[in-house]
Amino acid sequence: MSAELAVFLVLAALAVAGAVSLIVQRHPIHSALSLIVVMVSLAGLYLLLGAEFISAVQIIVYAGAIMVLFVFVIMLLNAGIEERTNLSRMARYVGLPLGVLLMALLAYAIGRGASSQAPAAAGPAPTKTLAMMLFQDFVFPFELTSILILIAILGALVLAKRES
Amino acid sequence: MVPISYYLVLSAVLFGLGVVAFVFKRNIITIFMAIELMLNAVNLAFVAFSRALGQLQGQVFVFFVIVVAAAEAAVGLAIIILIARNRQSLNVERVALLKL
Repeated sequence: MSAELAVFLVLAALAVAGAVSLIVQRHPIHSALSLIVVMVSLAGLYLLLGAEFISAVQIIVYAGAIMVLFVFVIMLLNAGIEERTNLSRMARYVGLPLGVLLMALLAYAIGRGASSQAPAAAGPAPTKTLAMMLFQDFVFPFELTSILILIAILGALVLAKRES
Repeated sequence: MVPISYYLVLSAVLFGLGVVAFVFKRNIITIFMAIELMLNAVNLAFVAFSRALGQLQGQVFVFFVIVVAAAEAAVGLAIIILIARNRQSLNVERVALLKL
């Protein structure tokens, strides 16, 4: 077993364990911390795939900004332990098997389709090429996202504003 | 060298776990986190394909997905704060109606 495969297996196990922990934990703050574990291990997988820029953005934006926002809101609202109701019991007996079925189906379809495929080509992915592409070929969508973020900021402000 | 299908299977498993969390959890914040988990799973598939095909478009797409996820998180959490303020609860079963 090569070192790369070993690193992949460790990171993949960490990601799956974090995702399972997100489901099992009943307090939202524990779920949020589990999700941070998933995101950090995904950043490691991006490094393994040669996507350094995406890996850094994953840590800074996802694990840094978005999850801090989540933790902040959980603490602001003083969210407690999830209560169990009739519907959540139904979700356990119907939703869980269906979700596992979907997961197995997707993994099976991918595994069957990719079995004949050659292993990943060692394509170099330098950040410079990515920047060139982002600011030349994709400059219009890039500018559109800045408008999107502006609108999102305005929307969040208007929604969360306390009515006087 | 790790075959590309390993990454895709991991992506599918994470997406499935996100779906399970989405139907399984009752707390509206945790449900929102499940959506983020599904977005992350799709991002992993994008980067894996980008590597397999030797092209960078996939990584550009991941960049845009992350930007949209950030905007979505800002607006979504503002809506969650509003719901918590109006209903005094974060349980989705108490939010069955749009009208108060």
